[in-house]
Amino acid sequence: MKRLVLALLCAPLAAWSAAVGYRLDRAPIDPNDLVSLQAGAQLFVNYCLNCHGAQYMRYNRLTALGLTEAQIRDNLIFTGDKVGDTMRVAMTPKDGKAWFGVAPPDLSLVGRSRGADWLYTYLRTFYRDPKSATGWNNAVFPNVAMPHALWLLQGERALEIAPVKDLAGHETVEYRWRELSPGALSPSQYDAAVRDLVNFLMYVAEPEARTRRTVGIVVLFVLGVLFVLAYALKKEYWKDVK
Amino acid sequence: MASRLAALRDWFDARMPSVAEEWRKHAAEYYAPKNFNFWYYFGSLALLVLVIQIVSGIFLTMNYKPDANLAFGSVEYIMRDVPGGWIIRYVHSTGASAFFVIVYLHMFRALLYGSHREPRELVWIFGVLIYLTLMAEAFFGYLLPWGQMSYWGAQVIVNLFSTIPFIGPDLALWIRGDYVVSDATLNRFFALHVIAIPLVLLGLVAVHILALHDVGSNNPDGIEIKKKKDPQTGKPLDGIPFHPYYTVKDIVGAIVFLAIFCAVVFFVPEMGGYFLEHNNFIPADPLKTPPHIAPVWYFTPYYSILRAVPPMFNSQFPGVLAMGLAVLVLFFLPWLDRSPVKSIRYRGWLYKGWLAAFVVSFLMLGYLGTEPTTVWGQFGFDAFFLDTKDVATWAARFFTVVYFLFFLLMPWYTARDKTKPVPERVTM
Repeated sequence: MKRLVLALLCAPLAAWSAAVGYRLDRAPIDPNDLVSLQAGAQLFVNYCLNCHGAQYMRYNRLTALGLTEAQIRDNLIFTGDKVGDTMRVAMTPKDGKAWFGVAPPDLSLVGRSRGADWLYTYLRTFYRDPKSATGWNNAVFPNVAMPHALWLLQGERALEIAPVKDLAGHETVEYRWRELSPGALSPSQYDAAVRDLVNFLMYVAEPEARTRRTVGIVVLFVLGVLFVLAYALKKEYWKDVK
Repeated sequence: MASRLAALRDWFDARMPSVAEEWRKHAAEYYAPKNFNFWYYFGSLALLVLVIQIVSGIFLTMNYKPDANLAFGSVEYIMRDVPGGWIIRYVHSTGASAFFVIVYLHMFRALLYGSHREPRELVWIFGVLIYLTLMAEAFFGYLLPWGQMSYWGAQVIVNLFSTIPFIGPDLALWIRGDYVVSDATLNRFFALHVIAIPLVLLGLVAVHILALHDVGSNNPDGIEIKKKKDPQTGKPLDGIPFHPYYTVKDIVGAIVFLAIFCAVVFFVPEMGGYFLEHNNFIPADPLKTPPHIAPVWYFTPYYSILRAVPPMFNSQFPGVLAMGLAVLVLFFLPWLDRSPVKSIRYRGWLYKGWLAAFVVSFLMLGYLGTEPTTVWGQFGFDAFFLDTKDVATWAARFFTVVYFLFFLLMPWYTARDKTKPVPERVTM
């Protein structure tokens, strides 16, 4: 009985230490930062759109990021797509499956299914792994089929996952990163670039999010006014209820 | 102008007097107790949400496509390309959760003030039927976005029926219309969600209100206002006409509710993954089972009960049975309660204690149902009776027992409870 009580008391601690996996970094994104969103769009069409589509996202929607249709056509569309088309990918799912073992998923909604923090950490934790088919592996998504598409920017890194004991004596692991070759960007520049890209992916996942919040403020204000009127009306009627 | 309107009213009244008669019966001369408190807003709010769901639902069907290949994309089309479509969709998805929040609070009100007791047993039974119908409506509707959680949630729930002895597998096949959840399932669930179940729901809501208006509303004191009538007018002394008193009061309640509702719709429509689950933004994939399948929050107390019951004789049916009984036991509530008083105001500590234990159990079961059974870790020791070492499963078993004991012991503890004297007239 005593052991049962003790076990129950320690249960939350056990759960805490059992939470394995790479700890996610907080994505410093800002949906109102148009410069960051534009930079993210640029990264997206250059590095992601070769394999991943965003089949629910129309190019001309990017005018909401402060771009003109001409700018979108000249800088962001490399295929024969029209500006009113959605961001489809030339690669067929069948080819994707043959080349990577799994068809690269559509990224229209990846911001909503994975969340910004996951994406931000995932895109920054690729490492060289000679055992994998692509030569790459990932700390957040072990044995991922995707190679490091941004490796020219980040460079190559190696990762050693070492078992250690934490202060309470529990078994845990430590992630030890080592640079193999530098990329075109410094580590802080790379973090900023991934931040822009994640910012853009979050925008693509819900393009109406900014409108939503703006409309929401107006709606709540109107309801506030209505509340005052309705409350006064109720008071007036209920004066004679004793 | 006024005289013209009056003339039009008279013209109408001469030809169809029942309209004015019903108005008097259910509004202008329906006498409701004057001491309604906070808990009495949720009936009219449930009606408001029903209207919101029907109207937003009609607009959604204008662009939604009930087709396994097109459904997911058509929802995104509504979210992105249909002008104002995102508002309609978020209103409908938030409305589903709001409906359950309101219905749970509305039912809890009955437990507080004894609104299910004589002479309102039929009102309660129709109410429980509404709750069951609402669960069916929510379940069928949840498949329609055709995301991973839609798909696998439906798969799991339909499979519950296949555990029923003898007829189970054939019944599940009949429900799905296929060997797995597929396009055929999506089509029939769409039909059930947009027409069959709403018709049943509307009918039940009508009889729920008719039954209520025949016997009159209960109140926080749990006493019958019809027992003290004005000898001259024959009207209850503690009653006030529903219209205008409660119409203007319920409008205030509706506006406060809408403010909270709109705050969710416009600022946190996913509600941290509880109203719109993250995995449901991935299109349904029959070949890829998600690692953690959880129903939407309003079903999780029952899902917890299902998981808590261990399989017996190589069958999951006992868990399914327990889950079913957890809902069906509600029907018997009016007869399980043997207290001489209705309202919690005049009940003793036994009922108050059991009600508190029930609420905590229901909420904990709800929470545990959203998490994997490993959420609280595992016991660090072994024993012959530990069929599972997951702490959360044992906690769910404990709360399941409390859930059922609240009902099964009710005839005993309500009869034994020390009650306080009930006043003659309502207290404000």
